[in-house]
Amino acid sequence: MSFFTQFDFSVIAPSLPFLWEGLKFTAKLTLIAMAGGIFLGTLLALARLSSITPLAMVATWYVNLMRSIPLLMVILWFFLVIPIFTGKPMGAETSAIITFTAFEAAYFSEIMRAGIQSVPRGQVYAGQALGMTYWQTMSYVVLPQAFRNMLPILLTQTIILFQDTSLVYAIGAKDLLKAAEIAGKNYGRPIEMYVFVALVYFVICFALSYLVKHLQARTAIVR
Amino acid sequence: MIKIANISKWYGQFRVLTDCSTQITKGEVVVVCGPSGSGKSTLIKCVNGLEPFQQGDIIVNDISIGDPKTNLPQLRAHVGMVFQHFELFPHMTITQNLTIGQVKVLGRSKDEAHQRALQLLDRVGLNSQADKFPGQLSGGQQQRVAIARALAMDPICMLFDEPTSALDPEMINEVLDVMVGLANEGMTMMVVSHEMGFARKVANRVIFMDNGSIVEDAATEEFFGTPRSERAQLFLSKILSH
Amino acid sequence: MNYHWNWGIFLQQVQSGDETYLDWLISGLGWTVAVALAAWLIALVLGSLIGTLRTVPNRGLAMVATAHVELFRNIPLLVQLLLWFFVVPELLPRDLSLWVKQDMPAKEFFTAVICLGLFTSARVAEQVRAGIQSLSRGQKMAGLAIGFTLPQTYRYVLLPMAFRIIIPPLTSEFMNIIKNSSVAFAIGVLELTFQARQMQEDSEQGIETYLAVTLLYFIVAFSANRGMALIERRTRVPGYIGGAK
Ligand SMILES: Nc1ncnc2c1ncn2[C@@H]1O[C@H](COP(=O)(O)OP(=O)(O)OP(=O)(O)O)[C@@H](O)[C@H]1O
Ligand SMILES: [Mg+2]
Repeated sequence: MSFFTQFDFSVIAPSLPFLWEGLKFTAKLTLIAMAGGIFLGTLLALARLSSITPLAMVATWYVNLMRSIPLLMVILWFFLVIPIFTGKPMGAETSAIITFTAFEAAYFSEIMRAGIQSVPRGQVYAGQALGMTYWQTMSYVVLPQAFRNMLPILLTQTIILFQDTSLVYAIGAKDLLKAAEIAGKNYGRPIEMYVFVALVYFVICFALSYLVKHLQARTAIVR
Repeated sequence: MIKIANISKWYGQFRVLTDCSTQITKGEVVVVCGPSGSGKSTLIKCVNGLEPFQQGDIIVNDISIGDPKTNLPQLRAHVGMVFQHFELFPHMTITQNLTIGQVKVLGRSKDEAHQRALQLLDRVGLNSQADKFPGQLSGGQQQRVAIARALAMDPICMLFDEPTSALDPEMINEVLDVMVGLANEGMTMMVVSHEMGFARKVANRVIFMDNGSIVEDAATEEFFGTPRSERAQLFLSKILSH
Repeated sequence: MNYHWNWGIFLQQVQSGDETYLDWLISGLGWTVAVALAAWLIALVLGSLIGTLRTVPNRGLAMVATAHVELFRNIPLLVQLLLWFFVVPELLPRDLSLWVKQDMPAKEFFTAVICLGLFTSARVAEQVRAGIQSLSRGQKMAGLAIGFTLPQTYRYVLLPMAFRIIIPPLTSEFMNIIKNSSVAFAIGVLELTFQARQMQEDSEQGIETYLAVTLLYFIVAFSANRGMALIERRTRVPGYIGGAK
C-alpha cells in the first residue's frame, strides 16, 4: 500500500544517542521512585498498622488522598507547590523524582501492608519471645517475609511505574518520550519516532512482565 | 440404552481409562465403585461427552458420543447428571435453577416450566424452598434440588457422580431415598457411589474399577457373594468395615 | 512562603472573555465525565469479550485475545494516545485519512475515548478472565450437562457469577479510567486537567486552582465508587460469600 512508503525509519539511527539519554532519565526516575517508594511505602504501611492512632490516621489519609487523584494532577501540584515552599525554582527532572517517589509510596504501601498482614501473627510472637524489640522483629522477621511474598506484585507495580514516568512530559522533563518528541521535531519525522518509542516501551514492559510471571511461577513452587 | 465400548482416555501422557466396556439396558440401575483416582468420575463424564476420549465409542440411545457430528448439547439435554458438589447455579433461585434449562434448551413456555418445577420440588419434598437461593439450603437439600433440576429435563437416563459423598451423614439418607424412588420407578441409572447399602437395595449390577480399568462387572448378589477379584474383595472389606 | 491567596478567583472573569474561571472548570468536569463514561462503555464491552475469549477451548481465539491484552497493557497510556492521534490517521486509506485529519468533528474527544477504552479493555479483560477461572470446573460441566451449548453456558452460568465476583476490581478500574482520562489534555481535549493548567496560567492562582480541581476529581471518583457499591449490593446473591442470609 502506498502510504507505507511515506515512512522513513532511517531517521531513527542518528537520533539513538539522544533517545538513549531520555531512556537513561526514564530508568533513573523509575529506579529512584521504586527504591524510595518502597522504603517510604513500608514506613507508611507500618504507620497504618501501628497502634498509635494519630500516626495511623495521617498515613491512611495520605495513602487514600494520593490514590484518588490522577498522577498527572500530582505531577502538576508538586511542580507548582515545591518552589512556592522552597522559594527557588526547581528543575522539571528533580521535581519529577520527588513527585514519583511520594506518589508511588502510597501504592507501594498498600502492597507492603498486604504483605505484612500475610505474615502469620505467630511470627511476631516468636520474634518477641526471643526478646526482640518492635523494630528488630519487623526488620529481621516480618518485613523480609512480607517482601518476599509480595515481590511479584512489587515488580508489577514497578512496571506500571515505568510506564507512568512518561507523564513527566506534562512538565517538560526530558524522559524517553520527550526525547523522541524533540528528535521527531528536529528531523521533521514525528510519526516514525512515536512508533519507535512505543516499540521500545513495549519490548521493555513485555520482557519485564514475562520475567515477573516466571518469578511468580517459581516462588509459587517453593512455597 | 448406554453402551460403552473399549473406551480409553489419556490426560497428556497419563492414561486414565484403559479399554473400558460395559452396557446398561433400559430400566437398569448400575453402581460403579472403586478406590479414589481409579477413573470413575472420568468414565461417567465420558458418557455424556463432558470429557472427550481418544479411543473406543459410547452409544447412548443409538447416538454415538464419539462422532464429531453428534449434537452433544441436544443429547445432554436428555441425559440427567448429578454432581458430587451439587453445582446448582448460585445466582438463581431454586425455581430458576429448575426452569432455565427447560426454557432455554427445551423451548418450553415459562408457565409450563414453572408448573413442572413446582411438581418436581414437591416430589423431592422442597416446595417450601422454591424462592430461596442455593446458598441458603443445606447440602442434602441442594442435592435434592440438583436431582430435580436433572429430572425437569425429562431425561431418558440419569448419571450420578458420588451424589452423597460431600454430604454430612445425617443428610445422606434424604438424598438416597429420592434415588431409591427413582430406581423403583424404572429410571435407567448409572451411579458412582460407595453407598453399598444403596447398591444392595436397588442395583441390578455393580461395576468395580481400579487403575482406569473395569475389574469386575457382576450382578449385585454375585458381587456381594464370594467369587470376585482380590482387589475388589480388599476394597469391600475396607469400606464395609466401618 | 509568600503566596497571595485569592479564593474569589473562581468568580472572576478570564482574561480573554466573559466566562468565569468556574465556567472553565465546570465545562472541564463535563468533558472528563464524558470521556470517562464513553471509554468505560468500550472497555466493559470489549474487555468482557476478550476476557471470555481467553478462557474458551480454542487456541486461535485465545491467542488473539492474549495478543490484545499484551499489546494494550505494555505501552504507556500517553504513548498510546499520541499513536492514536498522530500515527493511526496516517495508516488509514487516503480519503479517510484526510477526513480524519481535517473534517472529523470532535476528533480529540473520540480519539481519547477510543484510546482510553482500548487501554482499559485489556485490564477489564484480565479481571473477567480471572473471574471466570475462579469458578469451579463443575459449574461449566453442570451447564453443559443440562444441554446448554458453550455460549449458553457462558451466558447463563459462568458470566453472571464471574461479573458478580469481579465487581470490586472493576470498581477500581472504573476509578482508574476517571483518573486516566486526565492524559487526554495532551491532545487538547478540554477536560479538567487541561482547564486546570489553563486557569493556573491565566489566573496565576495555582494553589486555589489545583485544590478545586483535585476536589472535583475526588467527587467524581467517589460518586463512581458509590455507584458501583450500589450495583454490588443490588446483585448480591443470598447465601453466597458476603451475601445476606
Ligand atoms: N483434568 C485432569 N488432568 C489430569 N489428570 C486428571 C484430570 N482429572 C482427573 N485426572 C486424573 O485422572 C485420574 C482419575 O480421576 P477421577 O476423577 O476419574 O477419579 P475417581 O475415581 O472419580 O476418584 P474419586 O473417588 O477421588 O472421585 C486421577 O488419577 C486424576 O488425578
Ligand atoms: Mg470422582
